[in-house]
Amino acid sequence: MSSDKSTNASPTAGKTLNLEQQRVRAAYMFLAPMLIMLLIVAAWPLFRSISFSFTDATANTIFNGQSEWIGFDNYVEKKVRSNGTVRWKGVLVDKDWWNAVWNTVRFSIVSVALETILGLLVALVLNAEFKGRGLVRAAVLIPWAIPTIVSARMWGWMLNDQFGIINEIMLTLHLIDKPIAWTASSDTAMIAVLIVDVWKTTPFMALLILAGLQMIPRDMYESARIDGIHPLRVFWRVTLPLLRPAILVAVIFRALDALRIFDLIYLLTPQSDSTITMSVLSYRELQQFGDYGEGSAMSTLLFLIITGFVLLYIKLGRVDLSGEKS
Amino acid sequence: MPTTPFWRYMFYAGVVAIVIIAVFPFYYAVMTSFETGTAIFKPNILPEMFSWQNYAQVTGQRAFASSILNSVFIASTTVFCALLLAVTASYALARVRFRGRSLLLMTILGVSMFPQIAVLSGLYELVNFLGIYNRPWALVMSYTIFTLPFTVWVLTTFMRELPTEIEEAAIVDGATPWVIITKVFLPLLWPALVTTGLLAFIGAWNEFLFALTFTISEDMRTVPVAIALLSGASVQEIPWGPIMAASVIVTVPLIILVLIFQRKIVAGLTAGGVKG
Repeated sequence: MSSDKSTNASPTAGKTLNLEQQRVRAAYMFLAPMLIMLLIVAAWPLFRSISFSFTDATANTIFNGQSEWIGFDNYVEKKVRSNGTVRWKGVLVDKDWWNAVWNTVRFSIVSVALETILGLLVALVLNAEFKGRGLVRAAVLIPWAIPTIVSARMWGWMLNDQFGIINEIMLTLHLIDKPIAWTASSDTAMIAVLIVDVWKTTPFMALLILAGLQMIPRDMYESARIDGIHPLRVFWRVTLPLLRPAILVAVIFRALDALRIFDLIYLLTPQSDSTITMSVLSYRELQQFGDYGEGSAMSTLLFLIITGFVLLYIKLGRVDLSGEKS
Repeated sequence: MPTTPFWRYMFYAGVVAIVIIAVFPFYYAVMTSFETGTAIFKPNILPEMFSWQNYAQVTGQRAFASSILNSVFIASTTVFCALLLAVTASYALARVRFRGRSLLLMTILGVSMFPQIAVLSGLYELVNFLGIYNRPWALVMSYTIFTLPFTVWVLTTFMRELPTEIEEAAIVDGATPWVIITKVFLPLLWPALVTTGLLAFIGAWNEFLFALTFTISEDMRTVPVAIALLSGASVQEIPWGPIMAASVIVTVPLIILVLIFQRKIVAGLTAGGVKG
């Protein structure tokens, strides 16, 4: 009986194994073009950028191979003068760099927090049933559809100190008594950047959260209502916990975007020290000053910070980004 | 939807506020684009005059016309290449179990999210080495960094949701993986391809950092760079009228596309983020 079973089972088992092997082999073939492409356009340039950060490469020496390996000197370098005084040089002791780090962190935390709260509000509104919901949803998508460069220009015009509509509205409402130089003044430049960023990316946040909201079964609210539980309590006890995964994922996507922000700040507040971020500073070092060593050191540090952030977030939040475990 | 009258009013007030905040800046840009002379410098909510002059000025510049062509060419080529490579790759990632699949997926997601500036100097070297500096191909190549991982990612989530029965039936009929992709899955994937392609197109169309770095001459610029570097007679004098006209020209097609494909776009955006 048992031998009969095994003779029956073995040919099929052998066949499925072959089929499975064949599929796995095909899978590797299918993945190869993409992987080769990513190696060329992403992995190799990343490796080269990191390498540059250990050399004294400049715009002139980057192509002729005359740049020299200088170890960690771009990051931190101890210099002893002839009179014995010690001076530290390099990105890690650079005031401008730490200013940029602080700006980036400040910007990321405030913008992502505001976008999450406002995105949640907008998502809750869009999740309710009311007349014209389709139109409102369409309207909300408009800021998302507008290129960042265009929205930077549009808002730059609206926030203009002399002719801007924002100042005009606030003057008429007596909120301010004289026009504010939003993008030029160091006190308000960051606020200006935050306004534009929140305006532009809240729709993205709202849509991600809305998708999470729509997966919560309606009858859950129904039964809570019948039981006479206050809506706010339902929100805190039912909606928010169920939304947690969706919000966590949305927050990580946005935070990564915020940490690398470049376009908006480069265009809206190009001169301001109070908004310059890691990406913008690194770009200035590379393109304007042609210092490929130090510029690459900055971009490498930014890369490390972002990688560290992602690992930490995945560990702490136990976010299943790959969707494999569902 | 709140049930008491007071909260219902508050709710509708909120809805109106959301719509106004979302739409007003673009409305204001459109209005400004039709104003010239001194009218442009008067902050007003309703238009004071109507003139096509700014549009005539912008479209009259040869460089602006060629930057639109550059953007169209670069964005469509990038999307085409990305989709071509992504369809087979995402089949492997969604449908075949192999060792290291989760890690590979996470790496791909990581590539799509890492800061562009981190590869800038290495890519600059590569672009010069290949002799494509200041050529559209430099941008087509560099945009692959974010369009390819993104398309692979979204297509993988779409492909996971296709019923296994179809594939099993094809396997029983003796179909090879290649036949399964081209004959069985591809016809089902068209909506997903349109969505993903559209999102990747928008991403490539809007990209700024690489376009700014890898082009030098005016006729090689893409639209965002052209708008960012649009300058007047002097540095101080920003030509707001023409800038707004140019902004409206490049944004209106995007807005129309987004509104037409609204539902598909939302599905695509959330495909990676929220598990269905």
